[in-house]
Amino acid sequence: MGLGLLASRALRSSRIIRNSTRTIVSTPELKNADAAAAAAAADAPSDLPKRNPVGGARVHLPNPEDVIEVFVDGYPVKIPKGMTVLQACEIAGVDIPRFCYHSRLSIAGNCRMCLVEVEKSPKPVASCAMPALPGMKIKTDTPIAKKAREGVMEFLLMNHPLDCPICDQGGECDLQDQSMAFGSDRGRFTEMKRSVVDKNLGPLVKTVMTRCIQCTRCVRFASEVAGVEDLGMLGRGSGEEIGTYVEKLMTSELSGNVIDICPVGALTSKPFAFKARNWELKGTESIDVTDAVGSNIRIDSRGPEVMRVVPRLNEDINEEWISDKTRFFYDGLKRQRLNDPMIRGADGRFQAVSWRDALAIVAEVMHQIKPEEIVGVAGKLSDAESMMALKDLLNKMGSNNIFCEGNGMRPNADLRSGYIMNTSISGLEKADAFLLVGTQPRVEAAMVNARIRKTVKATNAKVGYVGPATDFNYDHEHLGTDPQTLVEIAKGSHPFSSALKNAKNPVIIVGAGVFDRDDKDAVFAAVDTIAKNNNVVRPDWNGLNVLLLNAAQAAALDLGLVPESDKCIESAKFVYLMGADDVNLDKLPDDAFVVYQGHHGDRGVYRANVILPASAFTEKEGIYENTEGCAQITLPAVPTVGDARDDWKIVRALSEVAGVGLPYDSLGAIRSRIKTVAPNLLEVDERQPATFSTSLRPEVSQKVSATPFTPTVENFYMTDAITRASKIMAQCSALLKK
Amino acid sequence: MFGRLAAQRLNEIRTAIRRTTQASRSFSTALNYHIDTPDNKPDLPWEFNNANKEKVKEILSFYPSNYKQSAVIPLLDLAQQQNGGWLPVSAMNAVAKVIEVAPIRVYEVATFYTMFNRTKVGKYHLLVCGTTPCMIRGSRGIEEAILKHLGVKRNEVTKDGLFSVGEMECMGCCVNAPMMTVADYSNGSEGYAYNYYEDLTPKKAVEIVEAFRKGEKPPRGTQNPGRVNCGPEGGNTTLLGEPKAPPCRDLDAAE
Repeated sequence: MGLGLLASRALRSSRIIRNSTRTIVSTPELKNADAAAAAAAADAPSDLPKRNPVGGARVHLPNPEDVIEVFVDGYPVKIPKGMTVLQACEIAGVDIPRFCYHSRLSIAGNCRMCLVEVEKSPKPVASCAMPALPGMKIKTDTPIAKKAREGVMEFLLMNHPLDCPICDQGGECDLQDQSMAFGSDRGRFTEMKRSVVDKNLGPLVKTVMTRCIQCTRCVRFASEVAGVEDLGMLGRGSGEEIGTYVEKLMTSELSGNVIDICPVGALTSKPFAFKARNWELKGTESIDVTDAVGSNIRIDSRGPEVMRVVPRLNEDINEEWISDKTRFFYDGLKRQRLNDPMIRGADGRFQAVSWRDALAIVAEVMHQIKPEEIVGVAGKLSDAESMMALKDLLNKMGSNNIFCEGNGMRPNADLRSGYIMNTSISGLEKADAFLLVGTQPRVEAAMVNARIRKTVKATNAKVGYVGPATDFNYDHEHLGTDPQTLVEIAKGSHPFSSALKNAKNPVIIVGAGVFDRDDKDAVFAAVDTIAKNNNVVRPDWNGLNVLLLNAAQAAALDLGLVPESDKCIESAKFVYLMGADDVNLDKLPDDAFVVYQGHHGDRGVYRANVILPASAFTEKEGIYENTEGCAQITLPAVPTVGDARDDWKIVRALSEVAGVGLPYDSLGAIRSRIKTVAPNLLEVDERQPATFSTSLRPEVSQKVSATPFTPTVENFYMTDAITRASKIMAQCSALLKK
Repeated sequence: MFGRLAAQRLNEIRTAIRRTTQASRSFSTALNYHIDTPDNKPDLPWEFNNANKEKVKEILSFYPSNYKQSAVIPLLDLAQQQNGGWLPVSAMNAVAKVIEVAPIRVYEVATFYTMFNRTKVGKYHLLVCGTTPCMIRGSRGIEEAILKHLGVKRNEVTKDGLFSVGEMECMGCCVNAPMMTVADYSNGSEGYAYNYYEDLTPKKAVEIVEAFRKGEKPPRGTQNPGRVNCGPEGGNTTLLGEPKAPPCRDLDAAE
């Protein structure tokens, strides 16, 4: 008998034995659940070490009568009535694995991953859908709970392709993590896995539907938060799949968030597909500047390249969502960049020069021009520091003609409550009636719109809208298109005025597009009258808001960027555009000298004589104040492109060359200067409410005109220099126009 | 050595897979997504006819006005009867409009229930029971016979548009297995019938099909002349006497 034959016999016999005892449970003590449970009960912990709530979860117990006590793994926890078992466990410091449960969406209870054992319950219970009852004894770490999780995980992995090496979610996948933590190392399923046809959801969301585990988070997100009922759960049993049934794109400005909430790699980012692995990326916590909301974002970069943008949690501003524009405009940062100082030659072509030459020419021209003919325009992406520096430079040159685009030529910077969102974004949730004046929040500030939608859904708040016909994703009443409607509401003769009158916390939101109107003062006066008649501003409630459009607007007004004359552009001989691309230069005299300082070769460059390359917001540290008056700070995530410099440094250098040196050489010093003008800008991450209400506004004799309000944002996806350079945003707008 | 063992095991797994897939892949329902065809497009007009509009009103009256969406299943059923046994996507859209929900909420329901046909069926939709009792009693032979007789595949419509054959799971008629049910859409929602034909043989099944082709309505129920409904062949053998009354305590004695 050969050695080989002996070996094969031994192997065969051992294989048979292995087969007969083949078990799915990887931990031996779990094979006999009852015995293990008895053993666990015998050595119950006598002194329990302290545990901290998961993710710093805090519990408010407003009404002591509604407090119940439950026991999680023996720890007593006090929770308010109506909380689920899962929430109780979180407060007790136990993180329950879950897929379908999401704290901001309705409860589905269909993934079964959150099974826990509850004493006196015959079966494990789905903790996400089970309300906690007084005295409940919840056990999260028992053999039954562990075995239940292992079983659920085996079922979930049954039809999951296990293609983690080629999956973009790999490394940040809930299924991956939880199967490592709670799953088994083998499965018993030997049949064919199912496969599902991929869906086309547009240029932003890539689908690999075979990976889907049917948690329905995306379906619930689409219908509850985004307000587009496009996605659904089709079919039944093993043929069940997520889809739109008919060929349809997800037409939401928040669609990118389904990428974040998808616990597996079924919905991933199309522009980010196969670009990088998440562990290669460096995260920088920053602020979004594409609108005035100031959504909190994390910029993920690899080397000098921004790879993607993901949201950060901020309950007061963006919760945990961001708009598609915020998430996907980053490829614009790589295109059309200005990387060298340039001077337009006699032939009309730009020629790259050194910083020294460029600044010398600008300084020389600046000195030849009368001070009142010097005009500075801050762009919509400018940070507070650079606006301060530019204003100081122009003041030193003797000019006071400086303004920020979007604020109009006659901005009113006297009363801070007249241009910020006094209710605050999170405060909108307390409102029960909305009057939107000339604003289309869905395109102007998608996150504010999401907040309004949340309120409307929760409290059935009434929404009245005055402005051009537009898209809303909640019930609203279109009251009219021109300011005359406001006058009617102010008089009380309009049917909607009774809705405002009966509301407990009415909210009025005026769009920043009104700033550009000639009858702006009259419109604001009419709004003030409505506010006064309907008790909108009270000591305990301020419902009078302005919704700004751009990231720079609020800080510009705080810093007093108000032009001396509203005709300054017409008489200007020297214009300093600091990233200003959307300012109307049609009336600018032909012989005017234009300096464009910015990071993108956009509209402003066409008229420029000198280009000074600056860094984009991802490359610099700067203070931005959002529409509710909360100053936030961006941090540099990637190095600047080419020879570009930070905006304030360019202005500072120019002042030196021009012989009017500004007295600050560092960010710290320039911030001390800001402190003397607008100290609220230095209270970073803390909303500074306005002190005085708009009742201090002077009387206006102006009458409102019959000109209808106009839409302020034509194309949601392209609003500034960076988004206009973005290819992804171009694809989105092409679909939008279709 | 190991290679051979591994190959052997792999082969076993392969054959196991091959055997099971063919059986489990034959779902009776169509795809879970819509593909535009000339007769099934979202932009084709579709409306309830006047008689059915009355029925829609009646169906809606069963539900509170703020829960109109509860009427989705009866309305889809009505739409299916009106449309000759199947639901084009425009009919689902029409239902969504009536109950004031997003169309996807209706698609979800229509794709969930296998009795909503989302592809064209014949005027007589023959559904052969494929569940265990009927299978043991020869339902596969019956399906085969009908398919061969009509010259179609499963879920395919005959050229004259009269017949289509599908499989259905247990219809609760196991005592008279094998059975098939015939959904009769030949007369719209008024003449709609849904009849069981039980105790079939391949020959009987073909005869029933031929009777339908001639426009007859063969009598429903058991096709075995020796049986009455689901009673045993040749008359009852047990439970011949009057059933005993349920036990009740003597109320007079209790007083």
